[in-house]
Amino acid sequence: MSPLSLKVPAIMLGAAMALTPTFSAADNHYDGVIVNIMTRPGPVIAGRIVERAEEFKEMTGAEIRVAEVPFAELFQKILTDWATGTNSIDVGVFASGWGVELVSADLVENLDPYIANDDLIDLEDIAPYFRDFNQKVKGSTYFITLDGDFQMLYYRTDVLESAGLEPPNTWEEYLDVASKIHGMDMNGDGEADYGSCIFKKRNAQSYFAVQSVAASRVQTKGTSEGIYFDPATMKPKINNAAWAKAFELYKATGEYGPPDELNHDIGDTRALAIGGRCGLMIDWGDIGPLSIEEGSKINDKVGAIIMPGSMEALDVETGELVTCDDNACPYHVGGINYAPFAAFGGWTAAISNSSDDKVKQAAYDFLSYMNQAAQSNVDVTMGWTGYNPYRNSQLNNTEAWVEAGFSQTAAENYLSAIKESLNHPNMASDFRIPGAAQYTGVVLDRELARYLADEITVEQALANIEEAWEEITDDFGREEQAEIYALSLGITN
Amino acid sequence: MSEWLDRHMGRLFLTPAVVLILILSIFPLVASLIIAFSRIRLTGGGFKVRAAGWRNFDKQLFGSEQFHLLGTFTEISILGWGVGLAATTGLIWWLINYARSHFTPVGFAGRLITFSMATGLIWLFSATFLSGNSFGTLGTTLFYVFIGCGIQFLIGTALAYACSVKLRGSNSFRVIFFVPMMITPIGVGYIFRMLADTSKGPFSGVWQWVGLGEFAWASDPWAARIFIVVADSWQWIPFVFIMMLAAFENVPRDYSEAAELDGAGAWQIFKEITWPHVLPIAATVMLIRVIEAFKIVDLPNIMTAGGPGIATESVSLQAYFAWRSLDLGQASAISYILLFVTVVICVSFFNLVVLGRIRRAT
Repeated sequence: MSPLSLKVPAIMLGAAMALTPTFSAADNHYDGVIVNIMTRPGPVIAGRIVERAEEFKEMTGAEIRVAEVPFAELFQKILTDWATGTNSIDVGVFASGWGVELVSADLVENLDPYIANDDLIDLEDIAPYFRDFNQKVKGSTYFITLDGDFQMLYYRTDVLESAGLEPPNTWEEYLDVASKIHGMDMNGDGEADYGSCIFKKRNAQSYFAVQSVAASRVQTKGTSEGIYFDPATMKPKINNAAWAKAFELYKATGEYGPPDELNHDIGDTRALAIGGRCGLMIDWGDIGPLSIEEGSKINDKVGAIIMPGSMEALDVETGELVTCDDNACPYHVGGINYAPFAAFGGWTAAISNSSDDKVKQAAYDFLSYMNQAAQSNVDVTMGWTGYNPYRNSQLNNTEAWVEAGFSQTAAENYLSAIKESLNHPNMASDFRIPGAAQYTGVVLDRELARYLADEITVEQALANIEEAWEEITDDFGREEQAEIYALSLGITN
Repeated sequence: MSEWLDRHMGRLFLTPAVVLILILSIFPLVASLIIAFSRIRLTGGGFKVRAAGWRNFDKQLFGSEQFHLLGTFTEISILGWGVGLAATTGLIWWLINYARSHFTPVGFAGRLITFSMATGLIWLFSATFLSGNSFGTLGTTLFYVFIGCGIQFLIGTALAYACSVKLRGSNSFRVIFFVPMMITPIGVGYIFRMLADTSKGPFSGVWQWVGLGEFAWASDPWAARIFIVVADSWQWIPFVFIMMLAAFENVPRDYSEAAELDGAGAWQIFKEITWPHVLPIAATVMLIRVIEAFKIVDLPNIMTAGGPGIATESVSLQAYFAWRSLDLGQASAISYILLFVTVVICVSFFNLVVLGRIRRAT
């Protein structure tokens, strides 16, 4: 028997064992157990949960029911259900940053004991940011990551090449490149297309985008500096020249975008991007897998890089911008300060601590099953799932991506952009304190929208945000907020 | 026993209805009133409630949310001062005239409330719209109410009158006109959002042909507001139409035929015979529409999400956004402010305008 003939069955056996969950296949030990999950409407996020639920039912007998509610109402429905003791939901799948409020209200199950008995979740394979930051509150794991989120810059390789341009490194360069390619026919339909596509609709995702623009000007000293408050006093760090410049730059990108960009959410922008109508775009990791889906006009024509940076940064003492040097921007690269923004933080799952013990165990087993590399490494390569990579094995191996339809070059480019963002020492964290939805989703979003619509000046917008943030902080309790905010900044990669 | 039942039968029959009203209507109303004066935080095991006094109302009317509800006030323009002073003078004259002619304490108190509301709204209009300042959700809602309902009433009534005079094909039109009202407002919102899309909507060719291919209606405050009024009117004109059609068809033919024999023209017959007959129905239709229009939320939410900025956000949508972010105290306070404005305007309209005209007409 040749060595090869021995090796093949051994590899197959090993693979089979690796794919086997903690529960033995089809033992139906959860017969009669029903787990109710609530998340945003599918197919994005919810669709894959439904599919994996069917597999899980075949293996364990547990019935996983998925309730889908509009994104904007998701958090309040889960919080209301759990706080009032209605308990119709066992698992909530939402932004990791929102979960801090649930944990501080003592509504979420601590998952440390479950993880201790789980041999297959392989936490070490999860990237440190998601494992130690997204999944944890005060050192304990409360959430299971299903999706890893970072915003990145995507560009059309063919369009920039034909125009003789390089991908932009700063936001000023972004505007320059966008202006030069705006109006080109980028998909061969004979129509002029857009230099830049960035969602700007109110009550959608625009407030994430402006934070991505602001981060490189506001944060220079590493993740622990934060972009929102002075951690000691919780005084907002928003009414200053850095945020003003970010607002102005974000607005300026609209000059090279679709005429109705003010009414575009991420779905509209992605449709334009996949249709080949955008030269530059910022988005989460989804554009990569979406670019290879059927009907895409940008297959193998899209590159990804870390979010543009800035050659000037905020002097916290004066509130003015100063030129980046070794002192002002310790992490600068060639005079450019980068601060990739962990927008949204990714979709994570939390289990209600009021559910029955058996339901909680079944819920955990299901979430572990989804999170395990055997499943998630496939799920993240499919654009329609909405899941982006968060495991080292997803980021370091290109085989699954190539198998999914990426070219080797595109896969390497895409994964390297994520890794560069994820491992950046100056990565900017999203809000992870109680009231996160009010600080950004209501106040920042509304004032940004008013500024974009020319209702108010940038100075008025920032002054209004500062005043409203102070009110929210006082409402939740300044000391409590300061403590949680400091904790939320405590981990650096 | 039967004697006891006979004596208490009335109460026994009424009790279920009273209990239902208490549970479904009165208790929630009281609870929301309590919430309006509270700060509520959801937490494990229920709520943490603490009294907030008038803080929620103060924030909306005089505090950091004033710009959102009422608008931004800087300087009042000369036109604003002129209109504000003229209207206030007229209202004072109206109040004094009432006090001199047929004063009753209840009547005067009611008129004083109407006077205060009308004066407040006129100065709001003068300080925002007439002075070049942006107006808040209350101004936007009043735009939807007065302009939207006005258009709906005029077109709906005209269509109903046309169908009532037995024009050819009127029966078919009755059915066609009624269809939009049966569509859910969310569906209407999405339909009009698509229709208004100048770049990839079904009418994009038409928009480009008329030179509006690059026009983004959702990026322009007035274009967005007008488009919402158009969508709202498309949905609600059928309601006005069907009610007014019934009213027109119930006008006795004998009167108009007698008038015709006496040589009256069509306009004279409409003005002197038809309109007085349909006036009570018309007033009721308008009242129902105005009350409904004050609560508009679906269309601005679907079509523009309240944008651009807060240009198309109604008071109800503002309350919904506050509720969605779990700021229940603010949401309740906003709702009560809206309730107060709606009740005062509708009661004043009915008592001072409609009842007076009906009395004069009959």
